Amino acid sequence: MLQSLWYSDRFRSWIMQIALLGALLGLLYWIAGNTITNLAERGIRTGFDFLAHPARFPISESVVHYTPSDSFLWAFVVGVANTLWLSVITLVLATAGGLFLALAQLAKHPLLSRLAVGYVTLFRNIPLIVQLLFFYGLATSVFPAPRDAFEPLPGVFLSLRGVYAPGLVMGAGGGWVIAASIVLLLVTIWLGNRRFRDVSLVRRIPSFVGIWLVGTVIIGWLADVPLHLESPVLHGLNFRGGMYLSPEFAAIVVGLALYTTAFTGEIIRGGIEAVGKGQWEGGRALGLWDRQIMFRIILPQALRIIVPPMTSQYLSTVKNTTLAVAVGYPELGLVVNTVINQTGQALESIMVMLGVFLTVSLTVSLFMNWFNARIALVER
Amino acid sequence: MAKTHATSKIRPHHLQQQRLSPFARLLQLMFGDWLSILLTLVSIGIVIALIPAFQWAVLDAHWQVASPAECREGGACWAFISAKLQFILFGLYPPEEQWRAMIVIGLILVLVLATLSPRMWGGRLLVLWALGIGAMLVLMNGGILGLAYVPTSKWGGLPVTLLLAVLSLGLAFPFAIVLALGRRGSLPVIRNVSIFIIEIVRGLPLVGLLFVAAILLPLFLPPDWTIDKLGRTLAALTVFAAAYLAEVIRGGLQGLPSGQIEASQALGIPYWKMVWHIVLPQAIQKVIPPLTNTAIVMVKNTALVLIVGVFDMLSAARSAATDPAWPGPSTEAYLFVAGIYFVICYGIAAYSRHLEAGINARNHS
Repeated sequence: MLQSLWYSDRFRSWIMQIALLGALLGLLYWIAGNTITNLAERGIRTGFDFLAHPARFPISESVVHYTPSDSFLWAFVVGVANTLWLSVITLVLATAGGLFLALAQLAKHPLLSRLAVGYVTLFRNIPLIVQLLFFYGLATSVFPAPRDAFEPLPGVFLSLRGVYAPGLVMGAGGGWVIAASIVLLLVTIWLGNRRFRDVSLVRRIPSFVGIWLVGTVIIGWLADVPLHLESPVLHGLNFRGGMYLSPEFAAIVVGLALYTTAFTGEIIRGGIEAVGKGQWEGGRALGLWDRQIMFRIILPQALRIIVPPMTSQYLSTVKNTTLAVAVGYPELGLVVNTVINQTGQALESIMVMLGVFLTVSLTVSLFMNWFNARIALVER
Repeated sequence: MAKTHATSKIRPHHLQQQRLSPFARLLQLMFGDWLSILLTLVSIGIVIALIPAFQWAVLDAHWQVASPAECREGGACWAFISAKLQFILFGLYPPEEQWRAMIVIGLILVLVLATLSPRMWGGRLLVLWALGIGAMLVLMNGGILGLAYVPTSKWGGLPVTLLLAVLSLGLAFPFAIVLALGRRGSLPVIRNVSIFIIEIVRGLPLVGLLFVAAILLPLFLPPDWTIDKLGRTLAALTVFAAAYLAEVIRGGLQGLPSGQIEASQALGIPYWKMVWHIVLPQAIQKVIPPLTNTAIVMVKNTALVLIVGVFDMLSAARSAATDPAWPGPSTEAYLFVAGIYFVICYGIAAYSRHLEAGINARNHS
């Protein structure tokens, strides 16, 4: 009886697994015990009650309102908001840039395709953090003082203090217009999805964006909220008005977008090349132009191949925003670092950071899986 | 929308182009239609925009200067790099012992070249690496064989960068194989533990893992266990590399025909012998291109250790650039470091492409 049990594969595999689980739990128990002893020895407080205390440190810039008298919890929220803001801008730029780069690489034009290949080779083989530090070094040492700022495009000024560009300015009541615009977007998506089920998702998105933008402008006009482009004007030692990007933000957006573009470009190019040659030949036989074949036949099919690797690229870009620590843009990583220096509560702060990134990773994965399922080939 | 008749579109115009001379064909590609002309203008615009950078980096550059002040005017100050070369490459490593660091770099180069050659693959390569890494650590650390002791706090520059990359990949590989086998295996507890570890590590930014290693690891261990900063960083890089390598190896395992495993089970070969002699050699051969990719990613990732204050090549360059004697040479310092990384990463990538082309040619002949 015992012998047959000993020679049973199932029995042995379960014994092995229980042993492994026990070892893992033991390891965790050991780590927890050490941590408690160490924390007690160093007199570090534990628990999350510090989150309610005022933070008392400045955050140089944020997309949501922050003052040093706000709580630590709010400081974390500010860090998350900055991280998300940075990610969204970078992803939009890198996706558009990647499409352009892929088309440039595939173009039959000899000069342009070589430039594009050179770009990919250069930017992929240099660590992102080196590029970020390089751009930050440029932004803070090579650019002139605001008085003699570079003006590469009319109204856009590059100076030691950062980048100034024309910005949209809204008069009183702007908040209501923004709220109405968000409602409009949601209604458009809801109604549009119900009404145009048979139109492919890829073709629906541009029309939604178009309706939303035009609608927002009309709402603004009807509500009589003055909306105009304001250019930055040199006033004394610095610029006033318009849109302002700090050197830190400008360096990390430029660096991240250029780096990520090299990768998105390769993913999109791979997807386009993976679509069968017969699709091109079929399109030509039907008498379509190359550009029509590309945008109506090849790209929609390539999208199915592109989405999975693009998802992991998006995720790694979100994770890459933490490199902003190196140039001092206050995203979540830098806020966490500052909080640890202020309170010494490293365990809790790092748990907050890891929790946020795991949440973002899982959410993006879920969304992209949903999107992937929507555009995947429907097979019987 | 084009207004031509359908018949004129069907005409296979691209076939006619083959009769043109190469130069005429080039002209046609660059100026054949409106879009081509536009693209030509855009490309020429990009090239023209790069001219000032070229002028700064080459034409106006200072290659040799009598005093740092000469760099205040004009272009790039490459003289700064030659003045600080030793510091950027070796950091604070004692100058009279730097020949040791030099040998370490040479050893790594030889080992990497040996690894890239398919003839060397096999058990003896593992032995070679183990011996090589042992020799490197002895050389860097000293303290025996009459070599002066150099604490890790004095290590710096390129040897640290290369050692971190090589050691993290080497240490991660066995873990990665176990995790990948566990994830593909049939034992539910082991499979779920593997999936959990892999997905958690892949869901976190490396900066976060470096924070955990630098700040939390000392808390997790008994007070009398001390791991220096370099060791903690190496632990974080190893965990990170293991999760990513595991996914790559899993790809190879999935590509393995199940007949291989069934046949070895039918022959009664024990599990670990089957893994070592049948499964792994075939699975790893299938994923050599993504493995080289991961290796490149890890080389680039070593630059991140700057964030937790390890003195690698990038940190050395950054602190060299703060020397007040030189007028703001951070651009040149970062470009130099970027150049070294580029040579390493591009070299690995180019060699792997060459290797792949060889394998493909053999398979198709």
